[in-house]
Formats: sequence, C-alpha cells, structure tokens
Amino acid sequence: MQNIGIEQISLGIGFILLLLGLWGIISQKNILKIIISFTIFETGLNVIIVAIGYIRNKTAPILDSDELQTNTVDKIVDPLPQALVLTSIVIGLGVTSILLVYALKLYKQKKTLDINDYKDTKW
Amino acid sequence: MLRNSLLFILILGLAAIMFSVFMDYTPKEKLGPVAEHYAKHGKDEVGAANLVTAVVVTYRGLDTLGEVSILFLSAAIIGFFLKVRHNGNEEDPKIKRYSEILGTGAKLLVPIIVLLGVYVFINGHLTPGGGFQGGAIIASAFVLMLIALPRPKINHKVLSIVESMSGLSYVIIGLLGVLLGLGFLDNQILSLGTFGTILSAGTVPIIYILVGLKVGTELTGIIVNLKEIQNEE
Repeated sequence: MQNIGIEQISLGIGFILLLLGLWGIISQKNILKIIISFTIFETGLNVIIVAIGYIRNKTAPILDSDELQTNTVDKIVDPLPQALVLTSIVIGLGVTSILLVYALKLYKQKKTLDINDYKDTKW
Repeated sequence: MLRNSLLFILILGLAAIMFSVFMDYTPKEKLGPVAEHYAKHGKDEVGAANLVTAVVVTYRGLDTLGEVSILFLSAAIIGFFLKVRHNGNEEDPKIKRYSEILGTGAKLLVPIIVLLGVYVFINGHLTPGGGFQGGAIIASAFVLMLIALPRPKINHKVLSIVESMSGLSYVIIGLLGVLLGLGFLDNQILSLGTFGTILSAGTVPIIYILVGLKVGTELTGIIVNLKEIQNEE
C-alpha cells in the first residue's frame, strides 16, 4: 500500500471509532456513557461510508461552476454514499433522542444510572 | 475478570478483521455505474446543482420520505413517553433568574439563527446544506431560546400544525407526480427552470422547504417536551 491518502486515513479513523464505540457499549456501566458510545459507533460508520465514496483528486458533487458542468463524471466524488450518510445521521439523531428519553424515564424510576441496578430483564 | 478478558478478545478479533479489510482496501479510481448515471444525467433530469440533493430528494425520494417518517415516529414516541401534562397553570413559583447578558444575547441571536436556517434549506439544491441541516439550525435557535429566556412562549399547537401540514404537503407533492403520470415524487411536475438559480429543479426546493420546516418543528418539539418535564419536578 504505497502513498497513503486521505481516504485510507479516514477509513482507519472510522474503524477505530467503530471499535471504540463497541467497546464502550459493552463495557460501560453508566447508561449515559453507553448512549455516548452509541453515537461514537454511529460516527465511525458514517466516516467509513463517506471514505468509501471518496475518489482521489476529485471535488464535491456540487456543480456550481461551468467547469464542473462539462464532463462531470471525471471531476466529482461519489454522491451516493453522502446521500446515504445524510439519511443515517438523521436516523441516528432519532435513535439517540429516544435512548436519552428512555434513560430519563429509567432514572426517574430508580434514581440511578448504573446499568447493574436494573435487574428486571436480566436472566 | 473473565468478562473483561472475553471483551478484550472480542474487540481484538474484530480489530483483526477490520485491519485486514483496511489493508485490502483499494481506493476507487472512478465512479460506480449508479453514480456515473447521476453525474451524467443528474443535471438534465433533476436540474439541481447540488447532486447530493438530487439523489436525496428525487432519485431516492422514497428513502427520504421514510426518513422523515422515522423522525416523526421518534418525536411521537418521545411525546408519548414523557406525557407532558398541560394543566394550564402558568404560575411557576420558582423561576430561575437568568443572566441579563445571556437573555439579551439570545434575543438578538435567535432571529439571525432562524434566518440562517431558512437560507440553508431554501438554497439546499444549489449549495451544501438542505432541509435536514436547515431544520437542525432552526431547532438550535429554539434551544438557545429555551436555555436563555426565563419562560419562552412556544405554542405547541402551532408547532404540531406546521409539522403535520408540511408532512402532508410532502406526500401530496409525491402523489401529484403519480396523478400527472410521472412517478411518485418526480420533481418534473414543475418546470425545471434555469440551472443554478433559486427557482430551478422543479419541486426540489419546495420539498426541501417542507422538510426543513418539519425537521425544525419536530426537533423543537422534542426539546420543549424535555424542558417541560424538567419543570414539572
């Protein structure tokens, strides 16, 4: 793998964030920290998807100059992963807000955020 | 400590898999077939200068409709979960004193932030940005208002009316495409206009304005619900 470019760097960062988030989801005891780990996991996934769509030496798929409007195919990066990441970010936001409200409800019930104190569904 | 070592082994194994994927990864040299179609024909078929918008709103408009409904669903679940009681008594015995600087600054900034949000979603088909981003910016203005002002008057009815009307109009615009024989959510039911101007790309700007309003009001609704349940304590 010669000359490492920005796509490899961002792919690597995405994988690291993914692992970090997964580690946090499994190992943390505090519910809020688990939720933060979920968002880190999501961010890692989004970075990976955008990195896959990147093509070296090409520009964003926004055709705001005449130069970009001719021979567009050779000049832009893949717009599809970016559109999918937009969807994924919005859905992530919805999931995070529901998780937070659920944590709020749990806290109101038992006045604790430690996951080990919630044994109701533990087998 | 068995649990911790199992966790360590799991993470290590996943890291090994990801490392091999990472080492085998070869960057793309050119666009894939789908993206090539978008790049070649996007300008004539959709007329939006921002190709990401063209993909989000027109080529994959159905996905975006689903995304909007997921956001609506999560806002509805939160509203149901928190069950805010409107008992009508506006007398709040313990209003916190907020800093004068914060309050004045918020009053100055809120209209400007809303204006920026509107700009971002109206120009969604020309410049980076769009309905979701603009909606989030608008919601951030309301968050600032909720934090900085002692008792901001946010009308729930107006919020829910704006939200449901924009969602309904989005679906109606989609169905109009079917009625006119073009396909669900086709943007050519209006003329495409001149490429690169505000009134171009058919229904794309209209849909993005609706999405922006819907996202803005939904996120504001979530925050208002959270704030009110905090006041109830």
